[in-house]
Amino acid sequence: MRYWPLLFAAAAVFAVGSFVYSPFDPDWWLPAGPEGGLTSVSSIGRRIDSLYILILVITGVVFIGTQIALVWATWRFADAPGRVAQYFHGSQRLEVIWTIVPAAILVFIALYQMGTWADIKFRSSAPKIQPLAEITGRQFQWVMRYPGPDGVLNTGDDLQLVNDLHFVKGKQSLIYLKASDVIHSFFLPALRIKQDAVPGLTIPVWFDADTQGKYELVCAELCGWGHYKMRGNVTVHGSQSDFDEWMGRALNEQNRDTVAAVGPQGR
Amino acid sequence: MSTTHTADAHGNGHGHGSDDHGHDHIHAQPTNFLRRYVFSEDHKVIGIQFLFSSLIFFVLGGLMAMAIRWQLAWPWSPMPILSQTLWANQGYRMPPEFYNKLFTMHGTVMIFFVIVPILSGAFGNYLIPLMIGARDMAFPKLNMFSYWAMPFSFVAILNSFVVEGGSAEAGWTSYPPLSSFLQSTVGSLSGQTWWLVGLLFAGISSLMGSINYITTIIMLRSPGMRMFRMPMTVWALFITALLQAFALPVLTSALVMQLLDRTIGTNFFSPANWVVGNGPEKVGGGQTILWQHLFWFYSHPAVYIMILPAMGMVSDIISTFSRKPLFGYKPMVFATAAIAGLGFIVWGHHMFQSGMNPALGATFMLSTMMIALPSAIKVFNWLGTMWGGRVQFTTAMLNAIAFVAMFIIGGLSGIFMAATPVDMHIHDTYFIVAHIHYVLFGGSTFGVFAAIYYWYPKMFGRLMDERLGKIHFLLSFIFFNGTFFLMHIVGMHGHPRRIADPLIYGYLNNAGITGMNKFMTYSAFALGLSQIIFAWNFFYSLVGGEKAGPNPWKANSLEWTTTSPPPYYNFETLPTVYHPAYEFSVPGAAADFLPQTEPMPADAPPLDPVMA
Ligand code: HEM
Ligand SMILES: [Cu+2]
Ligand SMILES: [Cu+2]
Repeated sequence: MRYWPLLFAAAAVFAVGSFVYSPFDPDWWLPAGPEGGLTSVSSIGRRIDSLYILILVITGVVFIGTQIALVWATWRFADAPGRVAQYFHGSQRLEVIWTIVPAAILVFIALYQMGTWADIKFRSSAPKIQPLAEITGRQFQWVMRYPGPDGVLNTGDDLQLVNDLHFVKGKQSLIYLKASDVIHSFFLPALRIKQDAVPGLTIPVWFDADTQGKYELVCAELCGWGHYKMRGNVTVHGSQSDFDEWMGRALNEQNRDTVAAVGPQGR
Repeated sequence: MSTTHTADAHGNGHGHGSDDHGHDHIHAQPTNFLRRYVFSEDHKVIGIQFLFSSLIFFVLGGLMAMAIRWQLAWPWSPMPILSQTLWANQGYRMPPEFYNKLFTMHGTVMIFFVIVPILSGAFGNYLIPLMIGARDMAFPKLNMFSYWAMPFSFVAILNSFVVEGGSAEAGWTSYPPLSSFLQSTVGSLSGQTWWLVGLLFAGISSLMGSINYITTIIMLRSPGMRMFRMPMTVWALFITALLQAFALPVLTSALVMQLLDRTIGTNFFSPANWVVGNGPEKVGGGQTILWQHLFWFYSHPAVYIMILPAMGMVSDIISTFSRKPLFGYKPMVFATAAIAGLGFIVWGHHMFQSGMNPALGATFMLSTMMIALPSAIKVFNWLGTMWGGRVQFTTAMLNAIAFVAMFIIGGLSGIFMAATPVDMHIHDTYFIVAHIHYVLFGGSTFGVFAAIYYWYPKMFGRLMDERLGKIHFLLSFIFFNGTFFLMHIVGMHGHPRRIADPLIYGYLNNAGITGMNKFMTYSAFALGLSQIIFAWNFFYSLVGGEKAGPNPWKANSLEWTTTSPPPYYNFETLPTVYHPAYEFSVPGAAADFLPQTEPMPADAPPLDPVMA
């Protein structure tokens, strides 16, 4: 039966086909902003997307090439009456070529993406700004602490919220990430940001978004039975004044709730 | 050393008599049932014991996989069979902590109780002495213990399902503090402790095995079997055994540390002043990430323990059924060694988002890219082996070709993960799950199928049915791709792994993702059902299969020069070896194969010393 190579060809077509189809369907492609679209809404996210596409193209070409070679070799050289296998043990020249070419490609990818990595993770690249918030993962919620009117974290006027991240469009935001029980992971799919929250460490994370709207915050590290529902809301405000207005309202609510909560017991 | 020295054991009289135990004497098989089939010191029986236990665990792991897929396609809807009997108080729905147990135990069982023991334990034991022309392992008694350490491990791991609180639920990677404090998980009480004990015993078993393999391969090769005449299977098992021997002690110490953290309250893995479970108690003084370094220092090399033997076996099978010498035999050996060596310096690529210094991430990224190279060399050499050959589509060969085709996908997806910024998005998503399964199922498992179809006649003296085998292969291959390929797509869309309910998230709750999740689940069930054909073929052929004869595939390596199944002492006379195992279609030879025991024909072209 020399038709077996067609099966391997079919698998390759399925693989290539699903990647070729996916950019046409925002449900299949990289997650994007509230109005759909196909690219990330953060500046670092767009750099990651273009790296992703670059690697997809390189690996896609390699994939198609190797699968064609595989299907051809099994088809063309399938056992048939009268076929005689050639007798050779290899070729040093070919070995050298197929070592050097992939090595060059891999080193290129490695060096090419180094800058993006440095810009998003190296502590020295963190923006020199006041932190937006301190975010602590705990089973199973994100506890967020924003500096209050005095602009300083960990003072009496801080705003404390659960699962509610707010920041301003078009501005870099810096948070301090912590964990209070087990490891969690701060994941903003639409922004391509991910960082584990590790007990005992305080890790700076920074990001921006250029489209206002609602997004989602995911916990990406298994943290116990409620891991699957450790979801946060993300709101990107159109302007600083929008954000300030929201902050004012939230602070008022917090004070009212505290008074209400403390009040009856105080009597 | 061997102990079964009965007086009648040296019937054919050659070579015995000195006390140096030169291994060219023949021992009689014990007649007692227990010593023959249960507490056997015969490497072949031990290999088959490993084979059967791993296949049983394969069924268990597979059933858990189907339950996982059920939940992902239809979250919280009562599951067939299980839900009828369990969880009456939850409305017959699987609780989320049970889902966590499922993927934890699925991963654990598949890695530590299926792939590692079947590749190293079953095929390592069965094949090494036969392929190098030895009568047994160097330490047969130690070998027996290496199997009998496993039942402790089986009991511990199975026990963890039934103890109060149920099995471990912290993932197969078992990251603390989730795994190291009783308070961190609701479901698991002592299950996690049993999990640790189970892994400890599995490690002890592997270590005994690897000592045996290394010694056997160095000391007991038959005359003429130079290192560079050994089949790739033996090379791969040898290098794998070295990996085990060097990496396992690190895992063992990490397991002991976590065991101590859990039981007597040391704090290797929790930071200073740590509050546990909102209680008043403060503990700590250790480091959370330390576990990850120790764990991946073992478990990254371990992913090669799970693939290198399959690569070796597939190399032999492809050469045999292409009727052609293996392309670049020596480069293949060096590539295997390079993968093993580099394997020790890339563990950090599992930790790019872990809070480890990102500058370290950059160096791990470079070393990870480099480890893709030897893998690429291997793929090209397999293609080169088939090129210009006479490719015979036996079931073993089809599975071997599938190994190559699928390993290419698994290797290429590794490049996305090695690129640290891209990994930031896809880490801990289904993209990783796709990658794991393209290497472990598409690669290793198809390699195991290939090996079973190929060596079954040697092991049991009968052939498996080729027609059923091909149907099994066809269905497995189609549904494997149906199950796993789209995981790349949902992963790149940000679908996290290890979540019991994707519908919680708006960006996952759309027609595309839910449709793909259902499609993958249907495929997974079909994939699982297809294995029934394999099981039937395997067991039916034990009694009803066609008689195999010593060399049904007309292959060259030494195991095919003895009877099927081989006698207790493997070889009547220890074979003399004249050339590597890949001399197929030699011009001037009488047949298209030339067993290693037959000299090269006088007019054959000289071997290229660099390539062969
Ligand atoms: C071309 C070679 C390979 C490359 C470049 C590669 C790269 C990687 C990277 C970078 C990760 C970490 C991903 C992350 O944490 O986000 C990973 C994970 C993994 N790899 Fe590979 N890999 C290769 C081959 C293999 C092989 C041969 C196996 C096993 C047979 C394997 C099994 C795994 C497993 C099980 C994980 C998942 C660990 C986990 O997150 O639980 N890989 N690989
Ligand atoms: Cu969490
Ligand atoms: Cu979580």
